[in-house]
Amino acid sequence: MPTKIEKDSLTGRETTGHEWDGLKELNTPLPKWWLWTFYATIVWGIAWVIIYPSVPGWRGTSGWIAREAVVADVAQAQARTEPMLARLREATPAQIVADPEMRNFAIAGGRVAFGNNCAGCHGAGGQGAQGGFPSLADDDWIWGGTLEAIQQTIRHGIRSNESDEQRQSQMPRFGADGLLTAAQVGDVAEHVLALSNRATDQAAAGRGATIFAEQCASCHGEQGEGNRELGAPRLTDQVWLYGSTKRDIVAMINNPRAGVMPAWGQGRLDPATVNMLTVYVHSLGGGE
Amino acid sequence: MFRWLRDHGIIERNVVLMGVLTLITVSIGGLVQIVPLFAVETTIERVSGVRPYTPLEQMGRDIYVREGCYTCHSQMIRPFRDELERYGHFSLAAESMYDHPFQWGSKRTGPDLARVGGRYSDDWHAAHLRSPRALVPASVMPPYAFLDRPLEYTDIQDRLRALRMVGVPYTDEMIANARADLEAQARPDADPGAYQGRYARARQAAFDGDPNRITEMDALVAYLQMLGTLVDFRDVTPAQLRQP
Repeated sequence: MPTKIEKDSLTGRETTGHEWDGLKELNTPLPKWWLWTFYATIVWGIAWVIIYPSVPGWRGTSGWIAREAVVADVAQAQARTEPMLARLREATPAQIVADPEMRNFAIAGGRVAFGNNCAGCHGAGGQGAQGGFPSLADDDWIWGGTLEAIQQTIRHGIRSNESDEQRQSQMPRFGADGLLTAAQVGDVAEHVLALSNRATDQAAAGRGATIFAEQCASCHGEQGEGNRELGAPRLTDQVWLYGSTKRDIVAMINNPRAGVMPAWGQGRLDPATVNMLTVYVHSLGGGE
Repeated sequence: MFRWLRDHGIIERNVVLMGVLTLITVSIGGLVQIVPLFAVETTIERVSGVRPYTPLEQMGRDIYVREGCYTCHSQMIRPFRDELERYGHFSLAAESMYDHPFQWGSKRTGPDLARVGGRYSDDWHAAHLRSPRALVPASVMPPYAFLDRPLEYTDIQDRLRALRMVGVPYTDEMIANARADLEAQARPDADPGAYQGRYARARQAAFDGDPNRITEMDALVAYLQMLGTLVDFRDVTPAQLRQP
C-alpha cells in the first residue's frame, strides 16, 4: 500500500499515511491523561508485586499475609466482647436471665447465632416447619422447655451421635417390623385421634385403646400426655410434628421418623454462644 | 532519542520482527500463568484428614456439578472476619486437593457450602432439596424433588479410574469395591467394616430417609454432609497453615 504521510489542514495533525478509497486516518496521539494513567498502573502493579506476597516463594516486603491478618482481626474483635463472653461462659442460663446486663447481651447475641445456625430448620422466628422441625416459639416441648433442658439439647444435640449425652430415643417400627398388624395400626391411630377428640370410629378407637395401653403408654403416657425424658411427644394437643391426619399417624406408627439435631456444644460453638442461644430460645415465647 | 522505540510503524512494516516480538509477548503472558503452577504443590497445607471422596459422595459431587449448584453456591470461605464468623474456618487448599474440577465458585446467590456438612440433619437436606421454600420461605432456590429417582451408578468404577488418572489416589482395592462401598454407605444396616477402613470418617445412613432405595438424593446429601468435615481444626497448628 502506498503510504503518504501528510499534514491535515483542518486539525494540523499528521495522517497515518493510509488511504482507503479516499478516506484517510488521522494519527492522533493518545490523550496525555490516559497515557500517564496507563503508566501509573504499570508502576502500581510492579510496586504491588514487590510489597505483597504475589509469587510463590516471595513473601513481599510488607510481611502481610491474608491468613495471619484475619487471625489478628478476629482476635481484636474478640478482645472487645471477651469480658462479657467470659461471664456468659461461666454463668448458668438462670444467672444470665437474672442479670439484666448479661440477659440483654445474650438475647442480642443469641438472635444472631440463631439466625446463622438454627433458623434453617426452626425458622427465622423459631416457628418451626412441617415435617419434623419443631416450633420453639410455643410451649409444646418434646425434650423440655426449662433453661437447663434447652441448654442440654443445644449442647449435646439429638440423635446425631456427636455426644455421649445426646438426646436419644427410638420409636419401634410397629408396622414395618410386624409388631402390629395393619388393622391394629389403624385402630391405635383411631385411638390417638380420640386423644385429641377427633375420632370418627369409636369402636376402632376402643380397640385401639387396649393396644395403646400395652404398646404406647410406656413412652407416650397412659393419657397420651407424652414423656420429655424420652422425647415422646404429647399426643393430646393440636401440635403435630409429622402431620395430624389419620394417614400421617398411621405412617408414623408403621415406620416412625425421628428428628436429628447437631450437637452444637461439641466444638461447633463457644459455650458462651450456647448459653446465649439457650436464653434466646427460652425467650421466644414458651420458655418454662 | 529512542524515537525508533516509539515508532510502531517499524514493527508494522516488518513481518518477521512483528512475529518475533509477538512470540516474546505471548511467552511472557504464558510464563506468568504457567510457572507458578510448578510450585502449586507447596501451597497445599500439610493437614491430616483429607481423603478421596467415597463412591457415593463422588456420585453426589457429580450431581452437584451436573445441576450447576456452583453457579449459586461457593465452596470457598475467604479469610475475612465476617466469613469466619458465619461459616467457620477459612477454606484450605488441602480441602479441595482431590476436587476435579474444584467447586470454589465465584458467586453467592445462596450461602457458601464449604462447611455445610453436619450443620443440618439428613432429613433437613432431603426436605429442603425437595422444596426449599417449605423450610426457608425467603429462598429463591429451585426445587430438586426429581432427585428422588434411582441413582445410576453402573459406571462408578470408571469414574474413580478417571479421577485416578488426574491424580486422586484411589487404590485398586477402592476401585474394585466401588459398587459395594457405594451401596453400603447408603444403607444404615449394611456391614460398614470394609468400606470405613478405606474411607475414614465416612458416615453411613439412609440419607434420603429411605434405606431400601439408592437415589440421587442419597448421593447428593451424602456429599453435602461431608463438606468441610474432614479436617479437624482443633488439631491444626498455625505452622501447618503457613504457605511458602
